Amino acid sequence: MSGDRPLAVALLAPALVALGAVTAYPVARVLALSLERRVPVFGIADFVGLANYRFLAGDPAFWNAVRVTLAFTVVSVALEVVLGVLVALALRRQQRFRAASLALLLLPWCLPAVVTARTWEWLYHPTAGLVSRLASPLSGPANWLGDPSTALGALVVADVWRTMPFLALLAFARLGTIPASVYEAAAVDGAGRVATFRAITLPLLAPVLLVATLFRTLDALRAFDLMFVLTGGGPAGTTETLTILAYRNLFQTLQLGVGAAVAVVLFAVVVGVAWAYLRAIDAGEAAR
Amino acid sequence: MRALRDALVVAALAVYAAPVAWQALTSLTPEAELLALGRAWPSRLTLEHYRAVLGESPLPRALVNSAGIAAATTLLATVLGALGGYALGRLRVPGRPALMLGIVMSTAFPAVATVAPLYLLVRALGLRDTWWAVILADTSFALPLMLWLVAGFMRELPRELEEAAFVDGAGRLGALRHVVLPAAAPGVAAGAVVTFLFAWNEFLFAYTFTATEASRTVPVALALFPGVFEVPWGDIAAAALLASAPPVLIVVFLQRHLVRGLLSGALKE
Repeated sequence: MSGDRPLAVALLAPALVALGAVTAYPVARVLALSLERRVPVFGIADFVGLANYRFLAGDPAFWNAVRVTLAFTVVSVALEVVLGVLVALALRRQQRFRAASLALLLLPWCLPAVVTARTWEWLYHPTAGLVSRLASPLSGPANWLGDPSTALGALVVADVWRTMPFLALLAFARLGTIPASVYEAAAVDGAGRVATFRAITLPLLAPVLLVATLFRTLDALRAFDLMFVLTGGGPAGTTETLTILAYRNLFQTLQLGVGAAVAVVLFAVVVGVAWAYLRAIDAGEAAR
Repeated sequence: MRALRDALVVAALAVYAAPVAWQALTSLTPEAELLALGRAWPSRLTLEHYRAVLGESPLPRALVNSAGIAAATTLLATVLGALGGYALGRLRVPGRPALMLGIVMSTAFPAVATVAPLYLLVRALGLRDTWWAVILADTSFALPLMLWLVAGFMRELPRELEEAAFVDGAGRLGALRHVVLPAAAPGVAAGAVVTFLFAWNEFLFAYTFTATEASRTVPVALALFPGVFEVPWGDIAAAALLASAPPVLIVVFLQRHLVRGLLSGALKE
């Protein structure tokens, strides 16, 4: 079948050219940009080596963005995984409302993130929003998105609402492939609910959860739309993630070199996390 | 126990239904009553926000732009992905493992890392504020997942499928068109739907590469929704519901196929 080779190359070439021009080239270019001092409005474009990275290392705004990104990612993903598994388990045991539940879970998954952002912006309205109307007897009037102590939490809630269904649906589908006989055997052995979950359900769920957690972690690290529309990084930088900081430098203060350096740092974090997860998945498979 | 579980499920359903229902109610509430705290239900329902949004806002034009950009992106990504996925899935490609790894890795690229060089490229090519700028960026962003889905799907098809076609005198391309593509249609279709949803929802590229109503997509128009003195919450709610209609309808109608097509890839061990 070696005669297939020219055909294979011909069929793949258009896709690879597209990927090369619009993905690989920009990645190389952003690396180069991060080594330049580039302020287009003043016509400045000098090679400065690692100066932008040295600047970031001493920049409180950068370290703030690192902290915000990590807090947002860790808390959102942890909540999504725990709630997603709980929802999947509940749906498996549930006969009533199951179809309606599955349909409702698909809804936030397919909504544009900007729609979700503007929906929650209105839900969080300080006086007339649904959240404020429900919570004000307990919390008093609160400016959820405008108060530095609540803004990040409010963002996390909106993000969990939006993305937990993906995890729940994946876990639900995986649970459906576990044969009932496994649980019957466990019941015969007198295993309790918690023991059954720990000994059977969780290990069988783990590979799917690990992959789903990887996707969700990468998405949370790269999240942009929700905070850009809801808070723009404010108040007082409490929701300014690395993506927002990079975008602000690249397109608002027009410090292309600094913005590119932030983007490269984020890129390195994403690749590092993906690599670590893939290692963990490999190790898990080797152990079985 | 059972009653408790039912109650919990209903509560969870409410958490998911309430924001959407609230938005729908807002879109039908008269402007003057939106910020009134006394009442939970409007005195009357009105279509004034829908009239305003469809009559005198950037949304209708944005809906046209989004439909065109999402359709073109889907078409391009599907053609490139089906051809490339066939090569990766069923032909001997030099350096295949490295290529597959590169394709998987490129799904992890943060868009914010590529958006600035792409913006410079778009400007240099004179494509700023055109559909093409957004289409090209969206296509290449959707392509890795498409290639991966199609390649995986095509690998699963039995060898005999094509061999029977060869016996009948078909060439490689003939077999691809008449035998392999129809057999792989569920996987290709699932990829196409996901690509359409992605392109309809995409914000960062569309926001950066467009400058006027001529090419702004729905998410961009919604993010920039104009308000003169105060935020027009009712109009925004109506616009948000109209913006959600296409993806929601697609998922409602294709739910079963979509879930099966995607999960068959995700659940393979």
